[in-house]
Amino acid sequence: MMRSNLLLSAFGAFAVLAAGSVILPDWAMFLFAMALAKGLVCLGIVGMMRGGLVSFGQGLYYCLGAYTATLVAGSFGVSDIFLLTLLSAGVCLLVGAAFGPLLANYRGIFFAMLSLALSMVLYGSLSKMSFIGGTDGLNIAAPTFLGWAPEGRPLQTALYIYVTALVVIAGTLMRIFFDSEQGLITLATRDNELRVEYLGASVRNVMSYTYVFGAVLGGIGGTIAVLALGHVDPEFAFWTTSGEFVFVAILAGYLSVPAVFVAAIILEMVRSFSNLYFPNTWQLALGIFLLAVIVMLPNGLGSLVRRRKEDAT
Amino acid sequence: MKSTRMGGALAALTVAAGLAGPAAAQDDTFKIGVITFLSGQAAESFGVPAWNGGKLLVEMLNEGGKMPAPYDTKGFGGLNIEVVVVDEAGGATKQVQEFRNLVQREEVDAVVGYVSSGDCLAIPPVADELKAFTILYDCGTPRVFEDGSFEYVFRTAAHATMDNVSLARYLKSRNFDVPSFAGLNQDYAWGQDSWADFTGSMAQLFPDAEVKTALFPKFGAGQYGTEISALLRERAAVVHSSNWGGDLQGFLIQATARGLHERSQLALAAGDHVIPQLQDKMPDGVILGARGVNGLAAKARGGELQELTDTLWDAYEAEYGVFPVQAPFRMWQALLGLKTAVEKAMADNGGTKPTDEQLAAAMKGLEWDAPSGHIEMALADGHQAIQPNAIGTTKWNAEEGRMELVDVEYFDARCVNPPEGMKAQEWLAQGFPGAKCD
Repeated sequence: MMRSNLLLSAFGAFAVLAAGSVILPDWAMFLFAMALAKGLVCLGIVGMMRGGLVSFGQGLYYCLGAYTATLVAGSFGVSDIFLLTLLSAGVCLLVGAAFGPLLANYRGIFFAMLSLALSMVLYGSLSKMSFIGGTDGLNIAAPTFLGWAPEGRPLQTALYIYVTALVVIAGTLMRIFFDSEQGLITLATRDNELRVEYLGASVRNVMSYTYVFGAVLGGIGGTIAVLALGHVDPEFAFWTTSGEFVFVAILAGYLSVPAVFVAAIILEMVRSFSNLYFPNTWQLALGIFLLAVIVMLPNGLGSLVRRRKEDAT
Repeated sequence: MKSTRMGGALAALTVAAGLAGPAAAQDDTFKIGVITFLSGQAAESFGVPAWNGGKLLVEMLNEGGKMPAPYDTKGFGGLNIEVVVVDEAGGATKQVQEFRNLVQREEVDAVVGYVSSGDCLAIPPVADELKAFTILYDCGTPRVFEDGSFEYVFRTAAHATMDNVSLARYLKSRNFDVPSFAGLNQDYAWGQDSWADFTGSMAQLFPDAEVKTALFPKFGAGQYGTEISALLRERAAVVHSSNWGGDLQGFLIQATARGLHERSQLALAAGDHVIPQLQDKMPDGVILGARGVNGLAAKARGGELQELTDTLWDAYEAEYGVFPVQAPFRMWQALLGLKTAVEKAMADNGGTKPTDEQLAAAMKGLEWDAPSGHIEMALADGHQAIQPNAIGTTKWNAEEGRMELVDVEYFDARCVNPPEGMKAQEWLAQGFPGAKCD
């Protein structure tokens, strides 16, 4: 029953999102595609947040995925979006698997700082590598879809549908994971880690899993972002980028998966319009918005859904 | 069921976004999107003065008759100029998004912007994809048109190679004895590229000069105690720096306090823009450039562009209480180039507002006069400008309480810029083939 409901929701979400490819004007479709790509990264953070950890270094995988795609595309002439996504996800899986067990031993601020440190190491290294553009970064050509090379609006539509499909698949898989035994142990860790250990479960293991999932999602998000933008620079790994992901995760809360993507889209919209209407004070406008959301919805957007559900029962 | 609920919210959002329709430009206005730093480190040095200058020029053009010929016609060919300003802070990711918003949502007729080289590399492919006429007005990296070619993108200012070639040529032509030199540059692409250009030029003009040390403190470091100690110890004849903004001010104040300027000749690739802030704290005898014949060097040049320069100089000084440095000059040359291109396109198409294609055709290979000299779109198949450059030496005029540039040397555009079809680095490595210096 649960499964069929979930599947139905997934198809519904896909249908609604995909309809955007017809309704949305060009600029909004691009904005949504970017927001959804960033939402994928944030989904990884939300996974960790369920276990009480916040990674301040998801920029590491966002950047790693983006650079993997760019360098592979530049050196080997690969332009197929499916292949590039798979490759980046693979690289991030390996790196995540290497760091995950190490970081899973740490909690709270130590986990946040260590993950931040790792992403800043990548930032610093890339900034020094002038043979791949240094701080100015690199360009990547538009992607192809299994040999099909669209241009203009069809390209944007194809990218948008692609990211939509990935978002729905990733969202559904994460929901299944959240509701699984391991996922529920993660949630229990948030409340009382010691009790979980005494029950015989390994906190370290579940946190390693969520970290690796976050890494893969980060890599995929980075790949789509770079293909949509056409340019990558070390800023992708800078702490402000990671901070933005954390903010979206906080805005969304850890209760609902779709809330993550809604939060990502809202943030992009607010930023874009405040930039236009308050060119001199857009950061202030953005800051006030963020503050207001935190004050009014301390548990994030997801708590709106949860609240309504509780009212119904 | 959560998904569908949130899906509903998403759909509402979608519709709301769709309804916020664009404010389409009228036929009698020419709408420009201007992107420049309004916040962050580059705002004070480049972004804000550039747009102060730009705003002033747009107002003067819209009134009409305020500028000397050939810029005395109203607006752009009679069209009223309307401007949307966007902050460049926030990185290349944000800029690509904002660029799409400007073109697709605001429907601007042209985009003028970008100080950061990273943004200048990220924007051109998008501009070509959207077929949107775009002018890069300030950024330095030669890579924009050396690594790619673009139909709708033009850079109306010379790239950064000129700055450092001119410094080396100045040292040569004024017979400096340079047995050794050292460098202090910011640790990011701008600093690294500038140092590479300077060492490349020095290797040609002073082949026996020894490179003592190349220091790369991080961008925004502010404190240069250790670096200055190292430079004092090395006793290099010349110390080169392409630092800008707060980093340059910090370095100069700390270096002069410890007498570095007395032990070594300071040579600053883009140093003019800190003069209004430093005033007499800028030591005498510093060799500096302004990324073109800009600021004090333009004022001191005289000649037939004097009237154009003075008109804008006086208006700027009256409005903002400070003299214009390099950034407004670069914005002016971009806007005057755009004006020339629009009017040329309108002459060809019978006087209607030009399309992006017509604008691009008109801009290609265009030449025009700006306060910073005669600008020619000579490189990259007519997409990259070359312009003359000037290097001078600082001298504080205590009586009038202002900084002057003395011993100014003006370099012809073809003397300090590579010829068409040759990459800047190759040009330096081969010893400036084709350079025309009179």
